[in-house]
Amino acid sequence: MDFNLNEEQEMLRKLARDFLSANCPPSLVRKIARGEAELDPQLWRNMAQMGWMGITVPEKYGGMGGSFLSLIVLLEETGYACLPSLFFSGLIGGLALNEMGNDGQKQDLLPKIAQGELMVVLAFTEPGVRYDAQGITTKAVLEGGNKYSIDGVKLFISDAQHADYLVCPASSGKGITVFLLETRNPAIRCALLNTYAGDRQYEVILNKVSSSKENILGRVEQGWDLLQSVMRKATIAKCAEMVGGAQKALDMTLDYARERKQFGRPIGTLQAIQHYCANMAIDVDAARFLTRETAWNLNVGQPCVKEAAVAKAFVSDAYTRVCKMAHQIHGAIGTTEDHDLPLYSKSAIASRIIFGDPSYHREVVAQEIGL
Amino acid sequence: MDFGFTPEEEKFREEVREWLEKEPPGKFKMELEDEGYGCWGVSREFTRHLGAKGWLAPDWPVEYGGQGRTSMEKLILVMELAKHRAPTFLHFAAELVGPTIMLYGTEEQKRDFLPKMASGKTIICECMSEPDAGSDAAAINTQAMEDGDYYIINGQKTWTSLAHLADWCWVTVLTDPSATPRYKGISSFIIDAKTPGITIRPIINMAGEQSFNEVFFDNVRVPKSNLLGKINNGWYQLLAALDSERCWSRAGMAWYCGEILKDLITYTKETKNGGDSLNHNPLIRQKLAQLAIDIEACRILQYRVAWIHSRNTLPNYEASMAKVYADELSQRLAMAGMEILGFYGQLKRDSKWSVLKGMIGHMYVNSYGKTIAAGASEIQRNIIAQRGLKLPRS
Ligand SMILES: Cc1cc2nc3c(=O)[nH]c(=O)nc-3n(C[C@H](O)[C@H](O)[C@H](O)COP(=O)(O)OP(=O)(O)OC[C@H]3O[C@@H](n4cnc5c(N)ncnc54)[C@H](O)[C@@H]3O)c2cc1C
Repeated sequence: MDFNLNEEQEMLRKLARDFLSANCPPSLVRKIARGEAELDPQLWRNMAQMGWMGITVPEKYGGMGGSFLSLIVLLEETGYACLPSLFFSGLIGGLALNEMGNDGQKQDLLPKIAQGELMVVLAFTEPGVRYDAQGITTKAVLEGGNKYSIDGVKLFISDAQHADYLVCPASSGKGITVFLLETRNPAIRCALLNTYAGDRQYEVILNKVSSSKENILGRVEQGWDLLQSVMRKATIAKCAEMVGGAQKALDMTLDYARERKQFGRPIGTLQAIQHYCANMAIDVDAARFLTRETAWNLNVGQPCVKEAAVAKAFVSDAYTRVCKMAHQIHGAIGTTEDHDLPLYSKSAIASRIIFGDPSYHREVVAQEIGL
Repeated sequence: MDFGFTPEEEKFREEVREWLEKEPPGKFKMELEDEGYGCWGVSREFTRHLGAKGWLAPDWPVEYGGQGRTSMEKLILVMELAKHRAPTFLHFAAELVGPTIMLYGTEEQKRDFLPKMASGKTIICECMSEPDAGSDAAAINTQAMEDGDYYIINGQKTWTSLAHLADWCWVTVLTDPSATPRYKGISSFIIDAKTPGITIRPIINMAGEQSFNEVFFDNVRVPKSNLLGKINNGWYQLLAALDSERCWSRAGMAWYCGEILKDLITYTKETKNGGDSLNHNPLIRQKLAQLAIDIEACRILQYRVAWIHSRNTLPNYEASMAKVYADELSQRLAMAGMEILGFYGQLKRDSKWSVLKGMIGHMYVNSYGKTIAAGASEIQRNIIAQRGLKLPRS
């Protein structure tokens, strides 16, 4: 057992921390959330040059060929910086393509993803927001020998507007088929949803979208199992991002508790505040190590059905609790639009729900422990 | 990053498992029963049996009766003992006083005490707390006065767990009452429990059992050779003991709790309410699943403590995190169990109507002490905030 990062992972972590604090300060994140700025294309190119977009893309497809653990280390840092979701969305899309695509599809698209020239986004959830196969009501109907026609609505899809392709599961015949849909297709329409966090979630309307069989990822009507394993990795990736966010919320709070004086002393000397901070630290550490451990197990090929559910439920709740205590300790200043803390507490809203909220994952755990 | 156990470690786990299955801990005579419900079970016989195998202090050096094993191996042992619901409460002597003797004792004391502790033949209880010295462990009043080759000890200790089963007492005393701050005048002694002047009186705990005691010292004459290490060095010895206690006293909790959770799951499947089994009730499913999740968090925090130990450094606030989490988890679990059992949770084991041998209720009434013993949760949170997070004291 070794709880430390190895040398390479530590280098990546440090590089990411330095790069993001210099190039993606909270002021920029806030501007983007308000719709006053976009993610700078230069920043995007720089991240691509460092290999981040293709961090787990195999070398033969132009990526870094890093392990899932490298991804986790990087995402803890993007979470720490509250980097806008575009990056995460693209990573998960790439991951889905890499796990589900055939060699031709991968050769076509993965190198461009790794270069930062192309975005693939996973479009899973629908208005019914369920994570089981029955929740997929988007229909794909075979028309003639080679073409499918796809109808449905995908909802709460991050960064759909920026995607070149959507990874889109649909119900067809006896099972779930996963399609790779080009968003240029005019039968696909994206509309931005107005959220409190100002993150870029979209409604995606699929109106008789035509797709040929070549654009299917994995096997016809049997896409569900493979999609599940992608979803499990995506879930843990989201956990890593939340761990980073929670660490930042804690760090900000500790700084504030040392500086802010009331009754002639720093509030950090007060035991009530110290104990809140201790609770936050327990949550952050347990969340981090549950996430890393599950990532490690996924990386050695374990299915991690229970482990991923445990991690997502715990980390989501922990992040929510940590943000709540961070706000309590910051007092009124933390509740203002211009403060950095709400960037995190608002990002926690979506992170908690996406890929299944704690109640959903508790039910998965219930089944896994034989209830 | 590596969250696996090595093949050698897994081999050791297999060895422990086989041994425990061949001679199940449950068949040994118990002084305090709880079948693993919160690791308060006590069995002198089992402790000796484990000691004879060399597994009471597996991580001590061979020359002092140990096997020179790693902390990860010790963790594995603790895990397996918990999974087999072994009575381990009596092991605290070796876990807590042992390392202190190792660090601070004279060579003679080490050779004298450690092997017999490691074998389980000698039990040493920890006499630290007094009526006016709880969390403030330096506020003791028990005194030792020099008298030729002896010290004469007077005072009272309290909450001394299992003193009634102990052969020796490890006692903190004032050797220099005028020292300021007070902790600079503290020393510690290892005293034969049969020495004239020592009276051990039971304190019956809220489970109705004798677990802890009052220990009175009335002109107790102790040879100077029983002073542990150096004079007026007792405070550091005490801190070392508390460090070890924080690291290991709750090390098995995740797995003990896991066993209890299994019992509760079985119970909900076998019990019907209004025609449907309890395990179909979504509230119960959510509640038990949350506990299963928290057990994993407890486990990973404990892994970290053992891992830090294995690198020959002493865990600090990390052990406090693991302890607070484990104790509070065990309370949540006991509470959930009582809720699920409802009226039946009240019944003691001997009742005709009792379920799960009355042990959920036993765990529940014992759970109150968990967050007090071995440093109250508030003290642990102070440690996390001040030593771990470096928040200012003033
Ligand atoms: C089951 C059990 C077994 C025990 N076994 C032993 C044993 O074998 N040997 C032994 O010597 N002792 C033993 N103890 C005693 C134990 O160490 C003390 O109970 C413990 O240190 C707390 O002391 P106290 O009970 O006097 O509570 P107090 O110290 O009076 O504390 C009362 C409350 O005040 C809080 N408090 C105190 N100081 C602070 C502070 N600085 N900041 C915030 N809150 C504070 C505490 O957290 C607690 O909530 C045992 C206790 C129990 C319950």
